[in-house]
Amino acid sequence: MTTTGLTIIADDVVDACAPWSAIVRAGQTLQIIDLHGNQAVDTLFFDAHDYANRYSAVDTIRAQGRAYLGLGSRLLALDGEPLVSIVADTCGRHDTLGGACSQESNVVRYGEHTRHMHACRNTFLAQALGWGRGLDKRALTANVNFFMNVPLTPDGGLDFADGISAPGRYVELAADRDTLVLISNCPQLNNPCNGYDPTPVRLLVWSAA
Amino acid sequence: LSTDSTTGARDHARSQVRTAAMRVPATPPDVEPSRLLWAESVPAGSYATRVLGRGTRLRLIDPDGGACAHLLLFRSDAPWERLNVADTVKVPWQAYLSAGHPLLSDQGRVLATVVADSSGHHDTLCGMTDAGRAKMLLAAVKHGLDIRDVAPSVSLFKGVRVADDGMLGFIGSAGPGAAVDLLIHLPMVVALVNAAHPLDPDPALTGLDVLAWRAGEQLTTPVNDDPEYLRALFNTETTWAAAQTSEAFE
Repeated sequence: MTTTGLTIIADDVVDACAPWSAIVRAGQTLQIIDLHGNQAVDTLFFDAHDYANRYSAVDTIRAQGRAYLGLGSRLLALDGEPLVSIVADTCGRHDTLGGACSQESNVVRYGEHTRHMHACRNTFLAQALGWGRGLDKRALTANVNFFMNVPLTPDGGLDFADGISAPGRYVELAADRDTLVLISNCPQLNNPCNGYDPTPVRLLVWSAA
Repeated sequence: LSTDSTTGARDHARSQVRTAAMRVPATPPDVEPSRLLWAESVPAGSYATRVLGRGTRLRLIDPDGGACAHLLLFRSDAPWERLNVADTVKVPWQAYLSAGHPLLSDQGRVLATVVADSSGHHDTLCGMTDAGRAKMLLAAVKHGLDIRDVAPSVSLFKGVRVADDGMLGFIGSAGPGAAVDLLIHLPMVVALVNAAHPLDPDPALTGLDVLAWRAGEQLTTPVNDDPEYLRALFNTETTWAAAQTSEAFE
């Protein structure tokens, strides 16, 4: 990042199928760049000082009155206050209904042959155990899938559509409080969420001044 | 009755049950009374929880048109496995619940199947109000669980629909008398909260009737032949079979 007046705290390229996690402090910004396009970035958020106070997709959806995330969305914790807010978005729509892939859901969706493929919930479980302090399987609920396009059809069908993202599109999240962010750069190969080709993303964290 | 002595207070306490009026849902006419396991009316704002065995048919009824049943499910023999609403909408490629829809766990198993539904007004997107979630937490705590286990729930009898632009529309109730039947596939903690839907602009909550009875014979007839449903059912059945004691087969 060359913009003056900003302090870069992290600048990481995260490979397809790889994890990333950090505490983004209140006032800092996390930018996620879809380097190659159509890459789903599965993300969980927790209050960094109380992991039981986690991102709540249902409260976020209900409060904004809209099923998809985009510019202006405030990602609420269970306490009803935002963890992070989307302050820039060149993609336009992000999913928070479809959850994260797992070995078990892959088997049910695609067949037994997919059981031992990479899966985001394995990545999340391993990261949760690494952070400790009560962060375990029970704490893992609904996540955000940045750059993933899952429009609902009029009769309720979930249409895992081709990505609406493209190389270089990004989303910026301003932290409203100290927030633990866990990312699984989705390895899913069985639907169009990654364009059948999981690719790296770039993650930047900066603070003003 | 005087209550200024222990015996007086005891007699007064014991006398109340003879005169109290309490709603108890009637056993359905097609259910053999000896099969009945649970009959309870959950008042507006309250909750109920029970462990139900595999093969139980659970019927939820909105007799007066104002109930909203928020539901969570946990395997009673493995409570870290629970209802996963994201998988419940993703795997069947369908966000709106109706008959035939599986309620899936995070481990790729069918916890329960919606086997009958005369409402069609349900919600998998919006969760509960703070008041509803507080009641759900009480239900969870009674089973040794805690706030981390109170994952996103589904709401029955109050519906939400999503417009093309993603905006949520509250469609309310289908009217008095609607019922939803769930077939329970594994031993299950059922937690129900009868509380306002968070998008309801004018919640006039009424009681929720709960009935459950033994219906194990229904486990052998899948109500849905989607390949995803059959795979999840296979996962459930093989998990159940593998956990049985071998002595039973000797």
